[in-house]
Amino acid sequence: MDALIHAENLTKRFERHTAVANLNLQVHQGEVLAFLGPNGAGKTTTVRMLTSILRPTTGRASVAGYDVVRDARRVRAMVGHLTEFPGLYLRMNARDYLDFYGELYGMARPHRRARTDELLAQFGIADAGHRRLSEFSKGMRQKVALIRAMLNSPRVLFLDEPTSAMDPHSAKQVRDAVAQLRGRGHTVFLCTHNLFEAESLADRIAMIRRGALIALGTTQELKTRFLGAPLIEIQLAKRLEQPWSAFVEDGHVQEFGERYLRYRTETPQSTNPRLIHKLNAAGAEIVTVSETPQSLEQVYLKLVEEA
Amino acid sequence: MSESILTAPALAQAAMSPHHAFGETLRDAFIITRREVRDSLRDWRIVAPILILTLVFPWIMNFTTRVAIDFVEEYSATIIPIRLIPFGLMIVGFFPITFSLVIALETFVGEKERNSLEPLLGAPLTDASLYLGKLMAATALPLLASYIGIAAYLAWLFYTIQYAPDWIVLVQILLLTTMEALVMVTGAVVVSTHTTSVRAANLLASFIIIPMAFLLQAESVLLFWGNYAVLWYIIAALVTVDLIFIRMGIQTFNREEILAREVDEINPKRIVLRFIDQFRVEGKFSLRWIVFQNVPRILKSNRLPMLVTLAALVAIFCLGWWYAGRYPLPEEMMQPLRVQADFASSAPGADFAFMPQINTPSIFLHNARTLFLSTVLGIASFGTGALLLLMAPIGVVGFLTAALAQAGTNPLTFLVAFILPHGIFEIPAAVIATGLGLRLGATVISGARRGENSGFIGALADWIKVFVIVVLPLLLVAAFVEANITPQIVTFFFGR
Repeated sequence: MDALIHAENLTKRFERHTAVANLNLQVHQGEVLAFLGPNGAGKTTTVRMLTSILRPTTGRASVAGYDVVRDARRVRAMVGHLTEFPGLYLRMNARDYLDFYGELYGMARPHRRARTDELLAQFGIADAGHRRLSEFSKGMRQKVALIRAMLNSPRVLFLDEPTSAMDPHSAKQVRDAVAQLRGRGHTVFLCTHNLFEAESLADRIAMIRRGALIALGTTQELKTRFLGAPLIEIQLAKRLEQPWSAFVEDGHVQEFGERYLRYRTETPQSTNPRLIHKLNAAGAEIVTVSETPQSLEQVYLKLVEEA
Repeated sequence: MSESILTAPALAQAAMSPHHAFGETLRDAFIITRREVRDSLRDWRIVAPILILTLVFPWIMNFTTRVAIDFVEEYSATIIPIRLIPFGLMIVGFFPITFSLVIALETFVGEKERNSLEPLLGAPLTDASLYLGKLMAATALPLLASYIGIAAYLAWLFYTIQYAPDWIVLVQILLLTTMEALVMVTGAVVVSTHTTSVRAANLLASFIIIPMAFLLQAESVLLFWGNYAVLWYIIAALVTVDLIFIRMGIQTFNREEILAREVDEINPKRIVLRFIDQFRVEGKFSLRWIVFQNVPRILKSNRLPMLVTLAALVAIFCLGWWYAGRYPLPEEMMQPLRVQADFASSAPGADFAFMPQINTPSIFLHNARTLFLSTVLGIASFGTGALLLLMAPIGVVGFLTAALAQAGTNPLTFLVAFILPHGIFEIPAAVIATGLGLRLGATVISGARRGENSGFIGALADWIKVFVIVVLPLLLVAAFVEANITPQIVTFFFGR
């Protein structure tokens, strides 16, 4: 797969403060990457470098094949960027505002009008198109900013906290839009503090702290790497005659009682059926077999606290 | 969403040409201007005062003018109303353009405060488009109001006292008003890109308002004096200042600085540390590195300002020569220039007593001090002062050489005897020091060069290194030659 975002030792220093240090990252076409990190970790600076607003101090990066320094204007034309704050011109109405940005992106008038209609309808604010932005709620402003970012059908979309000011329904609309974009082959770089959103939308997660990338992988990979193998729990209806060690290796057992067992396995697909078969053969009455949920939040907190 | 992803790059390609043409820059600038002007027209705090100043103030000025005319005519002082009306024109035109300052001051920093700047900086615009768009937006509305105000004032004057102005004075007033608006706007936009809050920008506005107030007073004096020709020089000076400010604005426009800086502060420690860093390699001071690597690199990278200096010196030498032909010295002044073979022995005391007492330290100190002070002058004058100061004596040498030729002295012999021996060392030292001084002054308006983060501090450090390691030793050698060898050579050529 082609990397649409490619960062190589990307570093940004302000005076003597290093905001981003030697960031190496590749994001492929049609991929959603969630970029997580505490406040001040370097997320916004990274996005600003990748959208050719800030120049890297050292290292290099390309977006959609264009160098972020050499081809800065091409990069800006290729990407959509939802900034941390909507930053709208509040005396304008939504349609005029979007038309202004469409024109700046070189879109022909019929095309930008059609696109504006389409996106306003998709986000459920078509009726408010002629109202002044100052009359919009926070969530509606956020939607307009998102539409601005999507207006030019960017190959790569950078979203900084896209649902931060939204009610659950609006947030779902945004998540659906992101999923739809991924389905069409767009690449989405999602900065968020909403770990549920990250887990549900992202193909991979990148975590950054104090400017350095501290983790990168799929949600499952990160959970396995940082929280250990999945924790399985078996509940029995009545006490087992034989000890648990007769059924499962000691090294895997985390906790047990007379009628329950918790164990870890990196190969649940093979370990679990084998164990259940043995228990059935021994006449055990199994009530439930379940995986104890491990959240991305646990991974995040563990990494941030450890680092 | 019916958009195929393939349309995105196609759109981008269509919107982009390898080199962003000037036409495209202007097109983008106009898009920004149009939006901002519309935005201003929706703001009653801008529209209401402009309307009052455009329509009500000219009426008041017209009333005042008529009262003044009636009053002075009682005493047959007809000259006063003739001079008063152009002054009134200037004031009527000036008041609405003061609003351009208010609009311009908050262009970038106001948008930053409202968080609307980042999306704009992320759009595929050149720095020039953004800058020009904002510049035109801040200028257009107040300037239009100013023209309307002048027209209204003239219409009332014509209606009430059948006065029609001299068209040259009218053109001058219109040009002055336009240039003043541009000076205020370009200056204010520079302020706006280098501050972090509208409040800070307003505080710095006094650096624009006070000089403009002085200028207005000077213009008023000229208008009452009736010396309208001098106004053309003021217009020319304002055009120059406009061009300098526009260049300064575009060159120092830095998306990064606008977005990243959070507070306006003077941090002497940081400035000193950054300055010290210029003398270090890998964190350590190294004289060897400075002498053998850094200074040669500085000299190489400053070839252009040094060549400009050299070209200016050649040009002024030729100009001096040409002037001597065009304006020859009177005959009675030619005699002392007839330097003949008995010059040295016929000179009083035959030991050049007519010349100031010269020795190596005094010549060295004089030349070093001159080059140092010319650089200081250069900083204050964007580099031009340093160059002009060096050009002046070379121009005199050119004139003198030509005058000597007219008096019958071989100019080549003169140059070889009097200038060349120490000039071999002194002129390169002066060209190098002035070239670097030129760059140092230019960084004040151009900021850091692309890829550099040091700007003025880097240029200052470069100048110091080259001055100490190259210029001073050359000046020392030149002073020794001038004090001890040049007189011998002069004696050789012109003595017995």
